[in-house]
Amino acid sequence: MKLLTALFTTSIGKKVIMAVTGLILVGFVIGHLVGNLQIFAAPEVINSYAHFLQSLGPALWAVRLFLLAAVGLHIWAAIQLTLENRRARPRGYDINHTIQASYASRTMRWSGFIVLAFLLFHLAHFTARVGPYEKYNDMTATINHQGQVIEVLDVHSMMVIGFQQPLVSLFYIVAIGLLSLHLSHGIMSMFQSVGLVSNRWRAGLTKAAVVISVAYFIGNLLIPLSILLGWVDVQNPALLASS
Amino acid sequence: MKVRLKVWRQKNDRTAGSFEHYDTPDLNPNMSFLEMLDVVNEVLTEKGADPIAFDHDCREGICGTCSLTINGKPHGPHRGVATCQTYMRSFRDGDTITVEPFRADPFPVMRDLIVNRAAFDKIMQSGGFISVRTGAAPDANTIPISKEVADLAMDAAACIGCGACVAACKNASAMLFVSAKASQLNLLPQGKPEKDRRVLAMVQAMDEAGFGNCTNQYECSAVCPKLISEDFIARMNRDYMAATFRQTFGSVPSTVVGG
Ligand code: HEM
Ligand code: FES
Repeated sequence: MKLLTALFTTSIGKKVIMAVTGLILVGFVIGHLVGNLQIFAAPEVINSYAHFLQSLGPALWAVRLFLLAAVGLHIWAAIQLTLENRRARPRGYDINHTIQASYASRTMRWSGFIVLAFLLFHLAHFTARVGPYEKYNDMTATINHQGQVIEVLDVHSMMVIGFQQPLVSLFYIVAIGLLSLHLSHGIMSMFQSVGLVSNRWRAGLTKAAVVISVAYFIGNLLIPLSILLGWVDVQNPALLASS
Repeated sequence: MKVRLKVWRQKNDRTAGSFEHYDTPDLNPNMSFLEMLDVVNEVLTEKGADPIAFDHDCREGICGTCSLTINGKPHGPHRGVATCQTYMRSFRDGDTITVEPFRADPFPVMRDLIVNRAAFDKIMQSGGFISVRTGAAPDANTIPISKEVADLAMDAAACIGCGACVAACKNASAMLFVSAKASQLNLLPQGKPEKDRRVLAMVQAMDEAGFGNCTNQYECSAVCPKLISEDFIARMNRDYMAATFRQTFGSVPSTVVGG
């Protein structure tokens, strides 16, 4: 397959892999944020949503593997491209001069890798719930599911208790800040890499990427901030009684 | 005026180089940067020292031979101006000016500030041309071309192949050069028949030469003496993927038998 060879071995092909996997991940993180903002509704809302996702079974695993593949390919391409770029200039300049490359664009590798570190913690924390976070598995709440009252994982309390730890919240806020920085360059970059931008709207796209990234940051920031400030609190009677 | 130069000196592509400092004699501020180097070289030659080797030819900003990274920026402080069109009045009396070669692995330093840009020639040989029949020249203007397309092709054709885009790129990528050279032909009817082959071959030659990969930061277009736009990079990315798709999934002519 000429297409696969081109994608995996050429400079432009690897950039296209970055862009397409980047687009998939951008779609995911925005969808994920919208889902998480349900924390501001009654606990049943986000608990029902989480239960719905869990009930997808094999489909959920298909989506997870798809996203995992996207992350894997994104990082693989990032490493390959970076190594090639290093080789292309073994000796740098005495004077480092930058004219218009944004701060975000010059720190993509750093923002990416710190986000990756956060991602691993985040999965262990809320998805796999391992180690000290195994206790979340015992927190349950009831929801109304198709006319029946059923017991499900209390995701609302899990998030609140999770973010009530200041260090966890801080790591989350820093990681989200860096991800937003990553996206402020990435959203513009992915259009360029696949050649879907021209000078008619390049300036507009560059600004739109920044606006989307700032909005994404604020949306995410609201969650730990509201919890730390006590605007969103545990509402599960069982947990309230025990504390 | 007088300035202090901090210049990269290197015997050849096999030896390591280092910086040397030189104080210039009194200069006329209306000298070009290259004329200033000529004056410094005269002094060096009189002293029996090796003059500073640097590339130049037309000295009027059209041939693409001059290079030099001046205070970290290829072609010096101005926008859309080549080194040979940079004048000493753009610097201040007493300034220290750092002069380095264009740095990239595919551009080995031959001596001092001269680098070998043959990698660009290899890219051009792989596809930077159109094939035409010899014989009587066709009548002018027999193929209609819209003004917009002609202007765009002309914008791309303004590239003088100096290599400043590679020198300025954080990754030493040659995408601006290659995309300008491919687009100037791809945009026009005369270049259409070989378009796919051209894009695929030029990108392959670029990769084989060992240039880096574009990270869409556009330092290249910012230093380009002809202000070539990064739009051509987007265009080449699109053309490259389209050519690859056609190569993988497109129909092939049934000329296997007969003919
Ligand atoms: C997990 C570790 C990650 C690493 C190491 C990483 C690294 C990189 C690098 C090096 C680039 C290329 C920058 C450039 O060409 O200027 C890039 C681009 C990009 N990244 Fe990431 N990234 C990571 C995670 C993410 C995540 C989680 C998202 C989305 C939510 C994302 C979205 C993007 C986008 C949209 C682009 C632009 C694609 C392009 O250049 O065409 N990245 N990333
Ligand atoms: S010497 Fe010809 S462009 Fe500068």
